[in-house]
Amino acid sequence: MKIVESWLREWVDPELETEALGHQLTMLGHEVDGIEVEGEGIADVIVAEVVDVARHPDADRLSVCKVSDGGGELIDVVCGAPNVAKGMKSPLAKPGVRLPNGLKLRKAKIRGVVSNGMLCSAIELGLGDESDGIISLPTDATVGSALVDFLALPDAVFDLDLTPNRGDCFSVLGIARDLAAMTGAPLKDTQVQPAPTAIEDTHPVELIEPDGCPRFAGRVIRGIDPGAKSPIWMTERLRRAGLRAISPIVDITNYVMLELGQPLHAYDQALLQGPIRPRLAKPGEKVTLLDEKDVELNDDTLIITDDRGPIGIAGMMGGLSTAVSDNTTDVFFEAAFWPPDFMAGRARAYGMHTDASLRFERGVDPEGQGRAVERATELLLDFAGGKAGPLVVTSADEFLPKRNVISLRKSHVTRLLGVEIDDHEIGAILQGLEVTIEPVAGGWNVTPPSHRFDIEIEADLIEEVARIHGYDSIPETTAFAQAPLETVTETRIDFEQAAATLIARDYQEVVTYSFIDAESNTTFTGIESELVLSNPISSEMSVMRASLWPGMVAAAAANAARQQDRVRIFEASKSFHGSLGEHTEVERIAGLVTGPVVPDQWASKPQNADFFDIKADVEALLLLAAEASELSFSATTHPALQSGQAAEIRRGEAVIGVLGKLHPSLAKRYDLKRDVYVFEIDAEKALASRAPSAAPISKFPAIRRDIAVIVNDSVSADELLTAVASSAPELIRDVRIFDIYRGAGIEAGRKSVAISLILQETSRTLTDDDADAAMAAAVSKLADKFAAELRD
Amino acid sequence: MQALSELIDQAASEIDAATDLAALDAVRVSYLGKKGELTARLKSLSQLSAEERPAAGQAINRAKQAVQARLNARREALEAAALEAKLASDAVDVTLPGRGTSIGGHHPVTRARLRIEKIFRNAGFGIRTGPEIEDDFHNFTALNIPENHPARAMHDTFYFPGGMLLRTHTSPVQIRSIAAEGVPIRIVVPGRVYRCDSDQTHTPMFHQVEGLVIDENISFANLKAVLHQFVEAFFERKAELRFRPSYFPFTEPSAEVDVSWGEGKWLEILGCGMVHPNVLESAGVDSERYTGYAFGIGIERLAMLRYGVTDLRTFFENDLRFLQQFR
Repeated sequence: MKIVESWLREWVDPELETEALGHQLTMLGHEVDGIEVEGEGIADVIVAEVVDVARHPDADRLSVCKVSDGGGELIDVVCGAPNVAKGMKSPLAKPGVRLPNGLKLRKAKIRGVVSNGMLCSAIELGLGDESDGIISLPTDATVGSALVDFLALPDAVFDLDLTPNRGDCFSVLGIARDLAAMTGAPLKDTQVQPAPTAIEDTHPVELIEPDGCPRFAGRVIRGIDPGAKSPIWMTERLRRAGLRAISPIVDITNYVMLELGQPLHAYDQALLQGPIRPRLAKPGEKVTLLDEKDVELNDDTLIITDDRGPIGIAGMMGGLSTAVSDNTTDVFFEAAFWPPDFMAGRARAYGMHTDASLRFERGVDPEGQGRAVERATELLLDFAGGKAGPLVVTSADEFLPKRNVISLRKSHVTRLLGVEIDDHEIGAILQGLEVTIEPVAGGWNVTPPSHRFDIEIEADLIEEVARIHGYDSIPETTAFAQAPLETVTETRIDFEQAAATLIARDYQEVVTYSFIDAESNTTFTGIESELVLSNPISSEMSVMRASLWPGMVAAAAANAARQQDRVRIFEASKSFHGSLGEHTEVERIAGLVTGPVVPDQWASKPQNADFFDIKADVEALLLLAAEASELSFSATTHPALQSGQAAEIRRGEAVIGVLGKLHPSLAKRYDLKRDVYVFEIDAEKALASRAPSAAPISKFPAIRRDIAVIVNDSVSADELLTAVASSAPELIRDVRIFDIYRGAGIEAGRKSVAISLILQETSRTLTDDDADAAMAAAVSKLADKFAAELRD
Repeated sequence: MQALSELIDQAASEIDAATDLAALDAVRVSYLGKKGELTARLKSLSQLSAEERPAAGQAINRAKQAVQARLNARREALEAAALEAKLASDAVDVTLPGRGTSIGGHHPVTRARLRIEKIFRNAGFGIRTGPEIEDDFHNFTALNIPENHPARAMHDTFYFPGGMLLRTHTSPVQIRSIAAEGVPIRIVVPGRVYRCDSDQTHTPMFHQVEGLVIDENISFANLKAVLHQFVEAFFERKAELRFRPSYFPFTEPSAEVDVSWGEGKWLEILGCGMVHPNVLESAGVDSERYTGYAFGIGIERLAMLRYGVTDLRTFFENDLRFLQQFR
């Protein structure tokens, strides 16, 4: 919302410079986004009169003017504006004057004719970005005087970021009220003198649905001059406030809205047929609005009707059929109170946010309708003449908003703000805000004014006290809730610890979007997402991801495209599963590796990461929380992975993740040239942990024995190790594979696997006989299960 | 016969002349070996009279000890030299980089988040999280934002068919946490939030940390203190804060907080306020007895200021050259 400084100062004029005034507004909660000063750098431009206009001898589009600057001699000025005319008053910049656009005027010959200055357009003077020629000033402008004096320039425009609770501040009056309360400067009388009535004409208004329209102020004005123009002081103010001048009637409704916060509508009274009846629309009803749009109405929408049907949407936009035009001589002004409950959300539903809807949604003063019509009447009679009928305010008082008495307790002011504010100051603050107060024991009974829709409970009043007292004046006092100490759990490895492990293994964390495109989600998971946004930013961001991989693969691809051939990334965040209403969110940790295992260096030959590199990383991560014996990996198939290099990860019986090689056709789709390996684990299942529990360490020496067995290729390492470990569980502490051999000496389709066993007892030293027996048991188990032969 | 003293001198010069351990050993044998000169002298003692024998014997033994000492010293010197020479051939170029790999790092938003969490944890706050797909009640209604409230327009919400939505702030976790654990409460809630807005200064997904403290007699003065201390802890410097009246439906009074940033410049960094009585009541807390404060910090905003990032969108482009600056 733009507030024009000169306009504001007409209502309240605190002793503050422009900057300080802006600061005060910000500290009142009306944040100043910017201050633009209009009319700077044109102090030397004067009001001049065009005394004579002649055709330029050598240029069709130029005129040669005789211009008076109030001195004795007339000045020759060449002018290219189409609207220049004899008798016109217009701004003149003489040689030596520099304009805001940087142009410095000098005496010049234009196509052979001397020109001693320039008649200026609004754009040339930095007064807006629209012009249809040079500025035409009113005839009462004094020739020779400074233009800035005539136009009350320079003038600052505050761009305010108003909060939605303060509907009352969408006007000069509203801002002036707050500023008066804060600074103590007097507020201009808000009452408008009633216009004298010259005729008895009225237009009937029937409040047939008074809950939707509890108040309607109207007035007929006849016989206005349809050729009248809005005065420049008003069009200038409107322009500075961001509105274009259109016609005196429309300009006046806009002006009064900006000034008092009450939107008005003007009908061509001659086009109204029968009484005005506001009511809810019936399904299927239609109306053509001022902007010539045909709108089909919903039955929750208040409309204004006459005998022919809808003639406007209440609080949003008037209808075309009864609109004022250049020929209008009889006007009917409407200022209604449309309750916020009937307005909320309607503008959004129709996609029609107007200046009126903005204000009605937030609440306009239900006592301000008559005042607004009086103000509009005053202005219209002044600009365009005419005869005013009586002001008619039709009300259904029982449906007007009530301002309830609120109890404000001093102790609660002190408790909530953490500082004691003097009773006297609290009283003064509230009275300054036009609140009615009655002192009672321990506080006040308070009735908010009609224009405030945001004061309903005690806390609202305390906010008002704090706001005017000044947030700056509230001290800082350290105190925290007496909540018990937080537990620090060992039942789960936390994110930081998990991330530290991956970071130490050279993974860079990334953050990718939670929503991705539907096709990638399906390709990577094999499941079509049911969690589809109704209003996505784009189709690329339309479904909730069921896997972190699509975002990470895209990130890897983007980096590869930037010549980063070695990518090692992880992400810890949520994936989303199931259907709406029954969805689950799963914390996941996912990783991706492509390119060399280590950065190019002298000490090792470049080698691209493979399955076992990423598996080691996954194992390191999982071993933070799990015992090695709990974990198992088994070959699996997965829509995103190359079969034969895809593993399901289990902890006990539960599947906790998957890892493998990204399917080459997918890698190719993303233009990734090297093999890509990925993992994804369910963080909650994988990182569930427990406090360690100490077991006694054996004091007796361990014995290592190695065996090599020949088995079929299809026998997995896991199967062999499990079999060996279970052959003498009380003695075997550890079993590892330390070599795998295929080739000369071994039958095709078989392999030699070398296994080491660590044997140990906690109560005695093992003998060779013990060890021999354990080995024999292991060998016989392998022979039974896998037809393993002992290799010599 | 040569005098013993001459013999010692002669041995000494031969010992010093030996340049390796083998030569030194030859010298030892020639004096102290079975057929060595000093050994021979000892043997010849038997030819002396009983009176002469003890003195002569002592003299020879002293000579033997002197030669042995000289031999030992020379051996140690030669061995040290030999080791030195061997080690010299083992020298490496210490300026070559270490074998193996380099190290990864956190995303800058995570880095800032962990920092924020740590500061509040140190003050005794608990960390809580909540769902990202939310219902209308927790995201809006319970936070005193009824349907059609103009404040909803401020939120640019992503919806799913049927009314579920992506949370627009971490505030719903306030409601869930109070319901789960009651009051007094002292928590911060980090997490992803979503708004249907995408331009130079907005991304459709970003991160917030919500703070909530409720107890008897918690005041605006307490809120001002905690945020001032937090900002100074986060930026590791003295900072001036400005609390401006503002509006959030779920707090009353509400404030936006600016931090002074160079010459007369204020930068908005967070929003806060005293928990609205309607919010307390909808979470089942007696608003006559309890008061509380809440605040919402945009993590990206703080990360940008702390680490000098000028374009919000770079956080989500995941360019490794950008990310690797924050490890």
